[in-house]
Amino acid sequence: MRARNYFVGAAFALLAVGIGHSAVAEDIKIGEINSYSLLPSFTEPYRKGWQLAVEEINAAGGINGKKLVVISKDDGGKPADAQTAANELVSSEGVAMLTGTFLSNIGLAVSDFANQKKVFFLAAEPLTDAITWSKGNKYTFRLRPSNYMQAAMLVEAASKLPAKRWATIAPNYEYGQSAVAVFKKLMSEKRPDIQWVDEQWPPQGKIDAGPVVQAVAQANPEAILNVTFGPDLVKLVREGNTRGLFRGREVVSFLTGEPEYLDPLKDETPEGWIVTGYPWYSIKTPEHDAFLKAYQGKYNDYPRLGSIVGYQTIKAAAAIIAKAGSTDTDKMIAAAEGISMPSPFGEITFRKIDHQSTLGAFVGKTAQKDGKGVMVDASYKKGADYLPSDAEVEKLRPKD
Amino acid sequence: MAFYVVQFLTGLASAASLFLVASGLSIIFGVTRIVNFAHGAFYMIGAYIAFTLTERFSGAFGFWGGVLAAALAVALIGVLVEMVLLRRIYHAPELFQLLGTFGLTLMVEDLVVLIWGPDDLVGRRAPGFKGAVDFFGQNIPSYDLFLIVLGPVVLGVLWLLFQRTRWGVLVRAATQDRDMVAALGVNQKWLFTSVFAVGVFLAALGGALQIPRDAVHHAMDLRIIVEVFVVVVIGGLGSIVGAFVAAVLVSELNAFGILIFPKISIILVFLVMAAVLIVRPWGLFGKPEAAARKTPGLTVNPWRPLTQNERLGSLAALLVAAMLPLFAGNYALTVGSEIAIFVIFAVSLHFLMSVGGLASFGHAAYFGLGAYGVAFLAKMAGLPMIVCLLLGPLLGCMGAAVFGFFAVQLSGVYFAMLTLAFAQIVWSIAFQWVSVTGGDNGILGVWPASWAASVSHFYWLALGIAALVTIALRIAVFSPFGYALRATRDSVLRSEAVGINAKRIQWTAFVISGTTAGIGGALFAYLKGSVFPDNLGISLSVDALVMVLLGGVETVSGGVIGAIVYKALNIWLVSQTDLSKLVLGGFIVLIVVVFPKGIVGMLELLAQRRRRSSPPGSSLLAKPIESAE
Amino acid sequence: MSVAPTLLAVEGLTKSYGGIHAVRGVSFSLRSGEILALIGPNGAGKSTCFDMLNGQNQPDSGRVRLLGEETTGKKPRDIWRMGVGRTFQITATFATMTVRENVQVALISHGKQLYNLWGSAPNVDRTEAGRLLELVGMGGYADRPCGELAYGDLKRLELAVALANDPKLLLMDEPTAGMAPRERVELMRLTAQIAKEKSIGVLFTEHDMDVVFEHADRIIVLNRGTLIAEGSPAEVRGNPQVQAIYLGEGLLYEGGHREGASA
Repeated sequence: MRARNYFVGAAFALLAVGIGHSAVAEDIKIGEINSYSLLPSFTEPYRKGWQLAVEEINAAGGINGKKLVVISKDDGGKPADAQTAANELVSSEGVAMLTGTFLSNIGLAVSDFANQKKVFFLAAEPLTDAITWSKGNKYTFRLRPSNYMQAAMLVEAASKLPAKRWATIAPNYEYGQSAVAVFKKLMSEKRPDIQWVDEQWPPQGKIDAGPVVQAVAQANPEAILNVTFGPDLVKLVREGNTRGLFRGREVVSFLTGEPEYLDPLKDETPEGWIVTGYPWYSIKTPEHDAFLKAYQGKYNDYPRLGSIVGYQTIKAAAAIIAKAGSTDTDKMIAAAEGISMPSPFGEITFRKIDHQSTLGAFVGKTAQKDGKGVMVDASYKKGADYLPSDAEVEKLRPKD
Repeated sequence: MAFYVVQFLTGLASAASLFLVASGLSIIFGVTRIVNFAHGAFYMIGAYIAFTLTERFSGAFGFWGGVLAAALAVALIGVLVEMVLLRRIYHAPELFQLLGTFGLTLMVEDLVVLIWGPDDLVGRRAPGFKGAVDFFGQNIPSYDLFLIVLGPVVLGVLWLLFQRTRWGVLVRAATQDRDMVAALGVNQKWLFTSVFAVGVFLAALGGALQIPRDAVHHAMDLRIIVEVFVVVVIGGLGSIVGAFVAAVLVSELNAFGILIFPKISIILVFLVMAAVLIVRPWGLFGKPEAAARKTPGLTVNPWRPLTQNERLGSLAALLVAAMLPLFAGNYALTVGSEIAIFVIFAVSLHFLMSVGGLASFGHAAYFGLGAYGVAFLAKMAGLPMIVCLLLGPLLGCMGAAVFGFFAVQLSGVYFAMLTLAFAQIVWSIAFQWVSVTGGDNGILGVWPASWAASVSHFYWLALGIAALVTIALRIAVFSPFGYALRATRDSVLRSEAVGINAKRIQWTAFVISGTTAGIGGALFAYLKGSVFPDNLGISLSVDALVMVLLGGVETVSGGVIGAIVYKALNIWLVSQTDLSKLVLGGFIVLIVVVFPKGIVGMLELLAQRRRRSSPPGSSLLAKPIESAE
Repeated sequence: MSVAPTLLAVEGLTKSYGGIHAVRGVSFSLRSGEILALIGPNGAGKSTCFDMLNGQNQPDSGRVRLLGEETTGKKPRDIWRMGVGRTFQITATFATMTVRENVQVALISHGKQLYNLWGSAPNVDRTEAGRLLELVGMGGYADRPCGELAYGDLKRLELAVALANDPKLLLMDEPTAGMAPRERVELMRLTAQIAKEKSIGVLFTEHDMDVVFEHADRIIVLNRGTLIAEGSPAEVRGNPQVQAIYLGEGLLYEGGHREGASA
């Protein structure tokens, strides 16, 4: 039993290893957290994206002459672990700001941590509207177009469809629920004649696709809104194709045009879905060409949307620190509010009013080309055009 | 009408692969009594290997041959795992094998990403089964029809195997009475290996057959394992027919449940499992388990209170821990707080598991309820921290009182599964009831009051409460109540024959344990400043089990050491490497093989050996491994 | 002896399983301080009968009274509280606890301390536990883990545990099964001595006829669920029906090791 005590000692010695790190004053450190082990299909390209950005920034002389170092941590998909990581990055590594996160709940957890500890947080991916609006705070900024913005982009196209009977399929958690809610709200505003005839809420990651497809078909909608993604989407598409669910029906779908989710579908990609996504093969702008060339040059692989998000997150962080001329949190916040910068999708701005960036998304239609899924007729939608009025945002967001 | 028929057929098709995987798990459990957590991992590897083979070899032969070859290949892996790992731990304490297979699962999750890459893989459609069959205007995928036929065929083959072959007779006999088969001079070693191989084959086949329907990805295992456990338990452990009926039942419930309550599928199977276990504790087709014959001399060391020296030693360790803020930074202190909280959580489960012999698979429910209790009180009622800390755990206490009442009516694996079902129900409520709990976005902003806000103050608070809880539970172990609880664990028959109301004693222990877990959860809410449904989730429950098993389930204080080692290692690995699951899993497997009694159990054994240091003592170490051969 | 009050009164005890009468209309009584043996061939219904006395099993009809108080329908733990100690055919002890702790658990239960979370159990009734262990000759084994004990010692331990609540009645199901012949005699002598001293009624089943005829004051014989004979050892020995059953099986005098197979 006495050996027990040695073990307590040993365990604390183990902890002490974590204390050993000390910040090197000359470098600028950014802490980065994401669900690397849980969502590798998104986070691997994402990691490549930000690594490319770091390389480019340092090759160009760093930030205000200082070298940029990104310290990256895995949250395993758990909010509690994300906070542990955030804490390590801030307390132990002494990073200037936190970036990253994919899942909405993790984004919110880190955002709340940032608010409590007064740390700058640049959320990369989480889509929840709450992070900039109902639970927004002074310290948190967000890069990607939110649920609301993507819904608004899709509604613009969807409202032009003749379909009046709509059904929805969405994963049963906050992201799916709020995506459906916003879409319904915006859609019903534009088209009061629409009927919602069925809704399916399969558990995230556990869709029982056959029965879901059957149930939706039974309601006989003219159009379907899909919010599922990843393996759930694959199952849904396969069952839907085989059972003829999509035949003669319009489908509007969140995120499906992103290579992460579209590519696995290969020759089973359904035709003509209206989707948001990232058609990297058909974007012909100088900014994107430069990014694409650099990315393919470095990795010998094509970029996914995650690559853009990772790349631009670190680019944005660097731009903010460069403008602030300091890693002081308040100065960075002041610098970030209203900052404009280039991105592979063109110039973006972080709005002062809600800390949302105006990064947009591509809306287009799915198609098959050489047995692969692609997005066609894609056009870029600027984020700024799909946000509610300032007065509305004021109402949504608590005062700092 | 045609719609309902097709919906029913669709349910049957889903049932087929669920049945394959579940029957494998059921056979393995029936014979070896191993709760094979890695069963989902074998299912996943089956899908991955089948993907590679079917991509490589085209045509009908390539596809079906690939599916079969994949299942066989995984069965071989299973044989290897059984011979190298499981054989060494058959005689370890109950559920220790769970720890080993859990370690394997962790490793596999990282390994498949390393081997096959991070992308979701979508395999070929089955040749000849690509289209759909028209049924009065409704389409049924022909592959579904294939699966619908396959399910009963596999059931029939298994039935023949068990009824008509000598091997099958032995398996059935072993399922009913292991000791008897051993006494009859059957080579148990190979019986176990072959049973494990067959079970794994079925799991891998189930996975391989998913290729035309599903995407192959690295989280497939977790998506199926829990549901498979549910099926096996509803059907009755060890019963193949039961597994079939339960698989159909669960799949049909899903198929029709979504028509009435689209949002309920998340919780439905667990409601059904809880209902079945309460009404028919041995599942639909199971038989009441014969009272396990405990191996005499299972525990070499009788428990005893700490000696004076050991008390002083523990106090010294506590003092050292309390001095951490003098030299450690904020991060180390926060990690220290987290570890202290997990010590509370682990000792609470340890009390129930080691002292009460009741292994809860859903202990996170009470931890999480404590956390939510605090969050509700702090955010909605706006109560001060000290009040929240005192009252928050009461939610865990109430949950434990209600669920524990039903759970203690059962024992063994059935108890475990009922607690799991309850935990999942609580989790679903937290996840689903967005207006109150915030759903998966959780409740934010539960930060400590100013007196505890500084990192070192919070650390002292957590450490102090952890110490108090550990001491209090230790006192309880050596209290008259503790004796009574151990008595009910060792022999319910004898306990009742000396006037002990075993169920009530166990219920009391459950409530004590749940309340203690709630205390941990309450602190956790303040540490993280937020609560999420994760805090009640399966993976946290598994963490607790792992901590207890790692420390040593037969010891008095294994939970403390298990929590410190596991949590510290976990946090450190996650921070250091992206392959934390691989390393942690490997570490757990190693521990399982080297320390089959857990860390503390092994230390005790060593200490005892040194004390005796006589010739017979030296064989003690080798004994458990030898006898497992 | 005849002045002692009736301790246990069994009337018309009946139990059947799926149409087969395991026990049919069995009635007998037992006085304090009396040692009564319940014998019969395998499958005679001895264990079923026993389980019904103890509350382990409930009769279809009939009643059991202990000192005039009804015990039918009560649970084993409640019957124990009425003063009935029991040992099992296959010993049931707390295998991971020490010998002393086994007795202490029973003493704790007897002292209604089961829900005491604060006291120090190792010190509860320590001397009393020691005294009981001495009584059954297990004093030297007090700190041994129960799982390490030889079978005969487990039987003695069970006796000590059964005595912990100062029972009025002891029910012993094949108390000497699995023991060496010398141990059997010792254990039964001990039991008889304790029973006489404390005026405890003892009802036991037994296969070993030597033990039965040497220690029983009275014997009742079950066959196929019915009581076929009752009386002193000499009377029973001379009963032609009993002889028919046992001699038919050739068991009456050379009986012995048939334990573990009784009904």
